[in-house]
Amino acid sequence: MKIIDILHLIHEYKVYDDDEQEVGSVRALNDVTLSLEEGSFVVVLGHNGCGKSTLAKHLNALLLPTEGMVYVCGNNTQEEDDIWKIRKNAGMIFQNPDNQIVGNVVEEDVAFGPENIGVPTEKMVKRVTEALKKVGMEAYRLNSPNQLSGGQKQRIGIAGMLAMRPKVILMDEPTAMLDPSGRKDVLNIVHELNKKEGMTVVLITHYMEEAVDADRVIVMDGGEIKMDGTPREIFSRVDELKNYRLTVPQVTELAWELKKEGVDLPDGILTKEELVEALCSLH
Amino acid sequence: MQLTLKSVSYVYNSDAVEPRYAVKDVSFTLNKGEFVGLIGHTGSGKSTLVQFLDGLLKPTSGQVLCDGEDIFEKGYPLRELRKKVGLVFQYPEHQLFESDILKDVCFGPKNMGCSQEEQLERAKKAIALVGLDESYYTKSPFDLSGGEKRRVAIAGILAMGPDILVLDEPTAGLDPAGRDEILDQVERLNKEEGIGVVLVSHSMEDVAERTDRILVMSGGVLQYDDTPRNVFRHREELAALGLDIPQVTDICHTLRDKGFDIPEDILTVAEAKEEILKVLKKS
Ligand SMILES: Nc1ncnc2c1ncn2[C@@H]1O[C@H](COP(=O)(O)OP(=O)(O)OP(=O)(O)O)[C@@H](O)[C@H]1O
Ligand SMILES: Nc1ncnc2c1ncn2[C@@H]1O[C@H](COP(=O)(O)OP(=O)(O)OP(=O)(O)O)[C@@H](O)[C@H]1O
Ligand SMILES: [Mg+2]
Ligand SMILES: [Mg+2]
Repeated sequence: MKIIDILHLIHEYKVYDDDEQEVGSVRALNDVTLSLEEGSFVVVLGHNGCGKSTLAKHLNALLLPTEGMVYVCGNNTQEEDDIWKIRKNAGMIFQNPDNQIVGNVVEEDVAFGPENIGVPTEKMVKRVTEALKKVGMEAYRLNSPNQLSGGQKQRIGIAGMLAMRPKVILMDEPTAMLDPSGRKDVLNIVHELNKKEGMTVVLITHYMEEAVDADRVIVMDGGEIKMDGTPREIFSRVDELKNYRLTVPQVTELAWELKKEGVDLPDGILTKEELVEALCSLH
Repeated sequence: MQLTLKSVSYVYNSDAVEPRYAVKDVSFTLNKGEFVGLIGHTGSGKSTLVQFLDGLLKPTSGQVLCDGEDIFEKGYPLRELRKKVGLVFQYPEHQLFESDILKDVCFGPKNMGCSQEEQLERAKKAIALVGLDESYYTKSPFDLSGGEKRRVAIAGILAMGPDILVLDEPTAGLDPAGRDEILDQVERLNKEEGIGVVLVSHSMEDVAERTDRILVMSGGVLQYDDTPRNVFRHREELAALGLDIPQVTDICHTLRDKGFDIPEDILTVAEAKEEILKVLKKS
């Protein structure tokens, strides 16, 4: 079933001069048509300024189409009465965990969203507990968020979103500030939510390795979708990716370089295990 | 220019009952023209540490010496030091404030007392160095994507012509090509102009490929100070510190375990390719 449907979406930002006079516009999305299956894990790649964040903001009605339509769980983002339904169904996590911490105590922070949409107190406690459990942070319930590591703060951010019980998780570079273990933690949690709870995940990232385990990878360029396929399909097209200012994981790059030298390896190797196995069989 | 930290420690909450050390008893010397990587888990003290280098933070105890002189002695010309040590903050885009990009990048040279002509010359050169073309001069910094803003902020520091460039996670959030472009430029400034570099990063791949020396922080303490090859031999130890080794290094470790005769201190895709080809040719 389709959970997100985007039809001929165009987004133009208006540009103003010093006197707040409109002087023109920037087209950030140019005729994007895309539908996402419920329960899929989709990674969006693309160079700086290609329109990824703009696209993500359309998926929870933070931005509205200049032209075209966006449906989230069947609701049109341009129906004002449905905006809260959409925001409840599609939760967003941003790059910097510090910017989304609002409470003095972890549990307060996690309760903030649901409180805002009027979830009654008795249900709230249960929701907060559940959300903290899902991200493995129950033990920190009464801690101050300021004393947590970046990876831990990002988990609290995710818990706050989960407490809203969204169907879709939108993540705009959630790991950009994290150390390698923090990055792995966050990725593991979203994959688990995707597998166990069937949540649809849209992950925007500049780390190619994070796309390897996705169901689908979308590559954007100049406000348009240029590539769309499984990680193996996408990462087999190394030259094309480099044209779009992207790259491939180091393991794929190494395999590709070896292949160019005549080593008999399959296309689009994505993991260390695959490469090691293939090389061992040649050794 | 040579900068030395001598047993520096820093406590943010010095009034608290239990003061916590953000940096504890760290000593090292940055030699002229060195390219140094600084890695460590989130909250390990990296950003605190780099702010000693231009005298922005005064250590709670210990000394910071520039060419042998204590920079916190009365009468030391800190203003001069700050011209020579260019510090690009983590998330520097928060500090963009002028109405257009050219003005923003001119700000540093203007403050240094450069003539208007020289301000413009330096600013234009710096903007080109970070890979933005002339069409950006008149754009407002607030209308740029995350990665574009980052480049403008780096250009602002480069325009001051520093002897040592300290970059606090300069590539977080940049697309792969942008990451390489900026690091290529930094490497060129280092190799050709002899500018010293301190690169704070969560990308093991980037520090492995580019630096001469790596400092590893953990919990405020300096754990390793060694060449990249020696540092990345410590696979397990680094994992325990929330860090990692580059993916190619990991692949080579595993191939070695499987009987491939290759060195364990491979750092780049190019090195790995060469060594693997050698082994395959022999067999
Ligand atoms: N508020 C705004 N006003 C005008 N133009 C904008 C605004 N926000 C973004 N843009 C422009 O729209 C385009 C798309 O921006 P967007 O933030 O969606 O890019 P992105 O793919 O998320 O980039 P990044 O990887 O750097 O985060 C860019 O060219 C950007 O300069
Ligand atoms: N202004 C501040 N007030 C109180 N504590 C602080 C402040 N800034 C940093 N700290 C604490 O000092 C320690 C070191 O922080 P620092 O910012 O130097 O780490 P970092 O290595 O740069 O981390 P990251 O990789 O997340 O940027 C952390 O425990 C942090 O919480
Ligand atoms: Mg973005
Ligand atoms: Mg930092």
